[in-house]
Amino acid sequence: MSADDTNNDAMITLMREHVRLMNSVVPWARHTGFEVTKVEPGHVWGLQPWQEKLVGDPDAGVIHGGVITTFLDNLSGIACNAALKTPRMVATIDLRIDYMRAAEKGRPIIGEAECYHVTRTVCFTRAFAYHDTRDKLIASSAGTFALTAARPPA
Amino acid sequence: MTLATNPRAALVLDLIERMPFARELNMRCDIRGDEMTTLLPFEDRLIGNVAIRALHGGAIASFLELTAMAQVYLVSELTTPPKPVNITIDYLRQGHAKDLYARAFVLKMGRRLASVRAEAWQESRSEPVTALSAHFMVSAGEE
Repeated sequence: MSADDTNNDAMITLMREHVRLMNSVVPWARHTGFEVTKVEPGHVWGLQPWQEKLVGDPDAGVIHGGVITTFLDNLSGIACNAALKTPRMVATIDLRIDYMRAAEKGRPIIGEAECYHVTRTVCFTRAFAYHDTRDKLIASSAGTFALTAARPPA
Repeated sequence: MTLATNPRAALVLDLIERMPFARELNMRCDIRGDEMTTLLPFEDRLIGNVAIRALHGGAIASFLELTAMAQVYLVSELTTPPKPVNITIDYLRQGHAKDLYARAFVLKMGRRLASVRAEAWQESRSEPVTALSAHFMVSAGEE
């Protein structure tokens, strides 16, 4: 976080109140079916359930990497807002995903995204996907997000 | 679609047909020899921002990763689909609420790794919406 960013309690409270809304208003996120489970300043967690329709390896039943990309991209964007004092639209500039190991068939994936630096125009993020702990990663990501116009109140 | 003439094309088309996630995206492949253009037909569920009716970056990235994987599979001698090591996505322009096309190019086919680039566009191929750079494992039986 930048040095002048002292307190965004109001923003965190607002986000926690609307945690379900954050995905239900995004059709593709609603379709892949992940949820946001926890919001802290600059740091959010989510859960991506296993679903047959998301499988990329039909023989092994493993969820496709694109689902993890969607999950970590979206979660990282939410982490950007969790690092701000007022809601803003963020747009992904770029995102790199490293795939460490295949997700296991039938198991939900935990996602964790952190926005670790904010400038006037860009947010920097990193994110992780795993089943149990960060010691055994399925994937990690590094992203940058552009801050665009202020979002009108819902 | 050229099915019978190219056994590699048949392999790729069979995979895309059998893969639940590719079916979920309703992805289509048009293969001519070793060249392939893929299509992501527009559907409302691919939207990421309802206010500006923009495609979700994750949906575009998924489509590009599938396109890159399919291209590697097409031009390799693999018997199982290549596994991604990493991908980098550049979001260059907003993806509008319409069909998206993509093409991938294998920059280097090594013994263990393939380096691939892919681009997705809508109106004009010279104005790409999103670009991908990726590495895939192309040696069998390695993590």
